[in-house]
Amino acid sequence: MENYRTPLRRARGHGSAKHGVGHWIAERVTSVALVPLVLWAVFGVITLAATDYYGAVAWISQPLNAVLMVLLTAVSFLHMHAGMRVIVEDYIHTTLSKSALLLLNLFVCALMGSLAVFSILKVALGGA
Amino acid sequence: MVQLTLPKNSRVQKGRHHAAPAGSGKTKTFKVYRYDPEGTENPRWDTYDVDVDNCGPMVLDVLIHIKNTIDPTLAFRRSCREGVCGSCAMNIDGRNTLACTHGHADQPGHECSIAPLPSMPVVKDLIPDLTMFYAQYASIEPWLHTTTPEPQKEWIQSPQDREKLDGLYECILCACCTTSCPSYWWNGDKYLGPATLLHAYRWLIDSRDEATGERLDALEDPFKLYRCHTIMNCAQVCPKGLNPAKAIAEIKKTLAERVV
Repeated sequence: MENYRTPLRRARGHGSAKHGVGHWIAERVTSVALVPLVLWAVFGVITLAATDYYGAVAWISQPLNAVLMVLLTAVSFLHMHAGMRVIVEDYIHTTLSKSALLLLNLFVCALMGSLAVFSILKVALGGA
Repeated sequence: MVQLTLPKNSRVQKGRHHAAPAGSGKTKTFKVYRYDPEGTENPRWDTYDVDVDNCGPMVLDVLIHIKNTIDPTLAFRRSCREGVCGSCAMNIDGRNTLACTHGHADQPGHECSIAPLPSMPVVKDLIPDLTMFYAQYASIEPWLHTTTPEPQKEWIQSPQDREKLDGLYECILCACCTTSCPSYWWNGDKYLGPATLLHAYRWLIDSRDEATGERLDALEDPFKLYRCHTIMNCAQVCPKGLNPAKAIAEIKKTLAERVV
């Protein structure tokens, strides 16, 4: 539909948001952090395969293992949130569904991440 | 949501076939996208059997041959016929390129398809509406910005600094890269696209420009710049062999350097 705006007016839109570099850096920092964390987790799962339930609880109760597991989970969910956000921004163009999906992404990642971290701490601190 | 199918009035239908006249030499079939916005018909694929023995080696030669001898209603842009003006950018065999530098003799017997640049509104046949493309280019203010009083003669630049513009200044704004970019297809109203961003970088690293900070401010935006996901179609199709994806990566690196 013709709305009589000049092409330059449409190209400039609302101007620059003057943000985005933080998100770009966060995507990369979380990716880099996940490389050693995932390698450690794979190594951990392989060693745990030889033990039973109590062995696994003992393993996760060690401070280093518990902290690394919390970091792995938290960083994974942060990374997932950043990635899903980009996908929604890429493909969803109506304000309502875009806002709804961005909120859903945030809430699901926050809920799942917090649940996972809490569960790890519960096991590690001897609650299980 | 992204639209995966074309709206009903944009679906391309089978069009007319123009057989080669009797007594033609070797022929090759060209499938050409036709659309007339003043009519009520859907776009269609017309096929032309072209006497390639009596026609130049490039796809543009074929189009001119069709217009001159078979079907004068075919519309397309062309000017320099040697890859420096960018007018005849179109999608040939599924790939954006310049019709004037793309040969048709490499695959004899193969049916060659010719369509306008993807994702842009079509003015007629092979002519896309590039209004937004040019407006986006204008929006980065592609000229030298300075506050220092102008020197008596020219703004001087060292040979080393001049070399930094190589691989950028050659861009002819044909829009092959921008219209090949899926990110531009989905967000072309907000994302500036590879050609404009390549030019934005060309002014960012120009040693004579004094507005680097303002230019970076104007680019730092989740849509204007960060819709680039390094898909690399731009570098793959550029008929001048440039690499817009690398220029965009350099802009992102510069922005990151500013904060860390």
